[in-house]
Amino acid sequence: MNRTKIMKEQTIDNKTPASSGVIAVKVDDLTVAYNYKPVLWDIDLEIPEGVLMAIVGPNGAGKSTLIKSILGILKPIAGSVTIYGKPYKKQRQLVAYVPQKGSVDWDFPTTALDVVMMGTYGSLGWIKRPGQKEKKASLEALEKVGMLAFKSRQISQLSGGQQQRIFLARALVQNASIYFMDEPFQGVDATTEIAIINILKELRKAGKTVIVVHHDLQTVPEYFDWVTFLNVKKIATGPVKDIFNDDNLTKTYGINYKVSIQE
Amino acid sequence: MDITEYIKLVFTDYTLRTITLGTAILGAVTGMLGSFAVLRKQSLLGDAISHAALPGIAIAFLITGAKDSNTLLIGALISGLIGTFWIRGIVTKTHLKSDTALGLILSLFFGFGMLLLTFIQKQPNANQAGLDKYLFGQAATLVESDVWLMAIVTGLCLIVMLTFWKEFKILLFDADYTQTLGFNTKFIDILITTFIVLAIVLGLQTVGVVLMSAMLLAPAAAARQWTNSLSVMVFLAAIFGAFSGVFGTAISASQNNLSTGPVIVLVAGVFVMFSFIFSPSRGLLFKQIRFIKNRRDLELHKTLAFMHHIAETHEDISHPHAIKLLNNFQGYTRSTLQKLVDKDYVQLDGNMWSLTKTGFETAANLYTKQSTEDE
Ligand SMILES: Nc1ncnc2c1ncn2[C@@H]1O[C@H](COP(=O)(O)OP(=O)(O)OP(=O)(O)O)[C@@H](O)[C@H]1O
Ligand SMILES: [Mg+2]
Repeated sequence: MNRTKIMKEQTIDNKTPASSGVIAVKVDDLTVAYNYKPVLWDIDLEIPEGVLMAIVGPNGAGKSTLIKSILGILKPIAGSVTIYGKPYKKQRQLVAYVPQKGSVDWDFPTTALDVVMMGTYGSLGWIKRPGQKEKKASLEALEKVGMLAFKSRQISQLSGGQQQRIFLARALVQNASIYFMDEPFQGVDATTEIAIINILKELRKAGKTVIVVHHDLQTVPEYFDWVTFLNVKKIATGPVKDIFNDDNLTKTYGINYKVSIQE
Repeated sequence: MDITEYIKLVFTDYTLRTITLGTAILGAVTGMLGSFAVLRKQSLLGDAISHAALPGIAIAFLITGAKDSNTLLIGALISGLIGTFWIRGIVTKTHLKSDTALGLILSLFFGFGMLLLTFIQKQPNANQAGLDKYLFGQAATLVESDVWLMAIVTGLCLIVMLTFWKEFKILLFDADYTQTLGFNTKFIDILITTFIVLAIVLGLQTVGVVLMSAMLLAPAAAARQWTNSLSVMVFLAAIFGAFSGVFGTAISASQNNLSTGPVIVLVAGVFVMFSFIFSPSRGLLFKQIRFIKNRRDLELHKTLAFMHHIAETHEDISHPHAIKLLNNFQGYTRSTLQKLVDKDYVQLDGNMWSLTKTGFETAANLYTKQSTEDE
């Protein structure tokens, strides 16, 4: 099947330039280490509002670590992160997170709807239980990712791609301004990939900022308008059309890369 | 004493009633909390905590010289908590795997506790006799105040669990995500762990250091087999735990001098075995039955599809064909053919078969239907 052709037909046009000039996420001198050796080294990064950005880099480059540090899950050795000029702690409501799918145990005794509902817990705060309003929002999110029919399924009985959609729905229900997604395309088929990218593009159209860890270099120019090359250090960041080239790819992946970019 | 006599006694005999009530409550609270430990993949935690409590009991005895259970349990609680928070500390500070940290604390504290116990036993003071009941437990020593204490802790635990249900659930499923939503995951974690420590310490007198973790794990593992809902799982685990307590006490009381703790654990083990075999969705038995049924269905479908393939070539779908034609086909047997007739998919006429209208349509939809069959 010719996937590229399908994309062209079905995806929403992505050539609208981003940026209102406002910086949504700003990372300064970020250094992170699990053990002795830093896995992120002195990262400076400015992500403009309204972009759909890919973070690319080889396995172990620190992509997940970068997202986790921005979200305050990991404590950096040095550096700071601000969301719209304020520390993350003050801006939690503005941010939604889609973790790598393998980071949880899918045999947990709960249903798809229940997992999506967890996206509303943040705005509910402590102790208060989700009610009708939260349920309605969660069902809408499930519908959006095409998973409404599976709402009562035990989550272990979903396929990998369906689990990925559930995670996406959980983030959508947070109704945030900035979305961080760790490999949302991991292990999904072509149809699901199109469905997901269309949702991401809709988010961007609504003025949201979407940051996605992405492995398929072929599709970067097609899907994204902004890109960050990462391998322990930040290699480059900027508009795809300016910096997505063999030079940066070679610097990031360490071998000669030839990617032909279709315009 | 036989079992009917025992049942009579539960209602009349004060001691037996106390013990039965105590083991039932203990089973319920450990079952409930055990669900959390199992779902967090911290199965070893219960073992580590109960073993870590031993030196506390010995030290409490050495300091106070008292033998009453409450003083000793406070010692157990303190050293249990110290052990638990050391485990946390080791995991966060040194990046050792959590099972390494658990194993380390478990053997260290237990070794130290055994050392102290031998030291106490060598002392001339006759008062020491009986401390080793904490190793394997002695339900017979339960008194009313012990049961009250268990009931209060269980009640507290229930209240906290209902209050923070949503927080517990999300932390168990996805701790990192919980943190990004702004919840203090450390607080939730400490709350769960503290109650696990409390429940374990309360059970030491009854079940003992060595077997205590089984009380935590067995009811939860059994409950997981029967449900895909967290609340039902916690509820079932409490029920299984309580019944293990009651049955265990009953068996040990009616079979003179069988020690109660191990019997309770064995009963809980039977619950686990039963659940692993007979649970409708996850049990081995039904899985096997489903497998056989699926294979039969598949043979049937294959034969039907093959017939459809032949019938398709004719204008008239009910045109009869020779049964001999089917002999070349591997999915075909006399009994599958008979089943197809029973289902009214096929008509037989002497040596000839023909598809009925329903049979033809079913066959045509056989392999396109799958995707719409969900839900
Ligand atoms: N919990 C951890 N403890 C110790 N080291 C870790 C831990 N998590 C990640 N690392 C190390 O940090 C580095 C960066 O890991 P990270 O998960 O951020 O990479 P990644 O770019 O997301 O890789 P992938 O493409 O495989 O997801 C790797 O070298 C990894 O081995
Ligand atoms: Mg990663």
